[in-house]
Amino acid sequence: MSPIQDQDHRPLLLAGPSLGLRLVVLGAMAIALMVADQRQQYLTVVRAWLSVAAYPFHWAVDAPFSALRYASDALATRSTLQEENERLAVENRELKLTLMRFDALEQENHRLREARAGSARVAARSIVAEILKVDLDPNRQRVIVNKGTRDGVFVGQAALDASGVFGQVTRAGPVSAEVILISDPEHAIPVQINRTGARTIAVGLGQTGQLLLPYLPRNADIAEGDLVVSSGLGGVFPPGYPVARVAEVHRDPSEPLLSVGAIPLAQLDRDPEVMLIWFDNRIVEPDAGAAPEGAPPAAPDAGGGTLAPAESRAAAEPAPATPTTPAAAGPSPAAAGPDGPDTPQADPAAAGPPGPDATQAAPPAGPQRPDVTQAAPPAGPVQ
Amino acid sequence: MARRGGASAPLIALLLAASLAATVVPLPDLLEPLRPNFVALTILWVCLLSARATGLLLAWMSGLMLDALHGLLLGQNALALVLIAYIALKMRLRIRAFPVLHQSMVVLGLLLLNEFVLFWIDGLSGHPVTAWTRWVPVLTGAATWPFLSAFLTRYAART
Repeated sequence: MSPIQDQDHRPLLLAGPSLGLRLVVLGAMAIALMVADQRQQYLTVVRAWLSVAAYPFHWAVDAPFSALRYASDALATRSTLQEENERLAVENRELKLTLMRFDALEQENHRLREARAGSARVAARSIVAEILKVDLDPNRQRVIVNKGTRDGVFVGQAALDASGVFGQVTRAGPVSAEVILISDPEHAIPVQINRTGARTIAVGLGQTGQLLLPYLPRNADIAEGDLVVSSGLGGVFPPGYPVARVAEVHRDPSEPLLSVGAIPLAQLDRDPEVMLIWFDNRIVEPDAGAAPEGAPPAAPDAGGGTLAPAESRAAAEPAPATPTTPAAAGPSPAAAGPDGPDTPQADPAAAGPPGPDATQAAPPAGPQRPDVTQAAPPAGPVQ
Repeated sequence: MARRGGASAPLIALLLAASLAATVVPLPDLLEPLRPNFVALTILWVCLLSARATGLLLAWMSGLMLDALHGLLLGQNALALVLIAYIALKMRLRIRAFPVLHQSMVVLGLLLLNEFVLFWIDGLSGHPVTAWTRWVPVLTGAATWPFLSAFLTRYAART
């Protein structure tokens, strides 16, 4: 061993097959993986394993934060606890008060729905999943939660928090799942203006505090402060859950569509946990008598039927209720198709004030007018 | 295999694990867009200064882990990292002789290439991220290089 070698052990030549060959092989493997992943279904097993391998990282990074949270919970002083207790008692009283009203409404709703043999599409079961405190890509709005397929989580499952719709599961590994927030630029959720019943689509902008409702016609009846609720079209989100509140309505006379900004009600950036829910999204089969004209098999799209013509063209572009993941990118009649004919029918009664919805939606709804009018009579007694 | 320069295999595995974790550690909102791509920097250090023949495979595997951690298209970081690791390995003898600031410039170029490949694949796969903030980590990465490489060479490069 010469003294020179002792000072510098870095080899000048590399062993093994040539670098170029390795590059080509590894590069080709990477490209093959990407193509397979783009086509999704081929790689679910690999994804599952990798998510298991990634979980220790997420867990380890999250551990100090959850330890801190635990410690601060454990060390909370008597006075803060008392304060919190008092606050919760007040909140509880108020909630009970509202609940009293809702009990009656729910019963009435139930009765009406039974009358027309509709399905009760409310969240039936839920689990609470903790959000791991890890930063994913800052340009995308996604979070990792600590529940996976082992707990029954599935892709496309809706996630809510205490104040509104949070997002949906995009990937489910055995022990963890990735949730896309409603504010992700690739996410669109079919919604309804609670006051008027007008349906549209809310898309994310990539910033936590903002949603955009880009497909409302210029003459749409919408004002600041309007509550935006999920419409349940597309079958991913249960209908009638609060999504956002309209923050600004920008009417530009030269544009055919409004530009409406809304603020999500869910605490997208502050939630320590979310609820993943199961609900009965069974599609209502039209009655045998009403079937022929009631449900045209090839409806234009899930959202289009009750929107103004100008909108339905625009609304056909984003795939409703699906994050535009590669497979679903672009117009996806396959995703919207099965739900298309049926859901508009199930909806007016299930979500929001049914009366105004039906009357408001009827004039522009060319092809699906039978649906709307059919839905209206049973909803009538509510008024 | 008798006398390899640079860090030992378990140490490199540890370094890569640490750099993978460093890419998901939550940072304050202000610092978050500045976070350098630690995995790319570590891979570059392994390839440039410790010149391991297995650098490419390492780059590929850690790229795959990075994709899994961040929930990206599987293989996009793998491809980008393999590409810059290849260039780094090819040019390592020359780059090793550069003064540190000069090395930083080379690293800047390589990180830029890395980010460009990611940008390009994002666009091809239909989830383009066009915000200019995505290019910031390239600059911070190049700025981090002198410190990171000095640190790693001082504490990790043992035979």
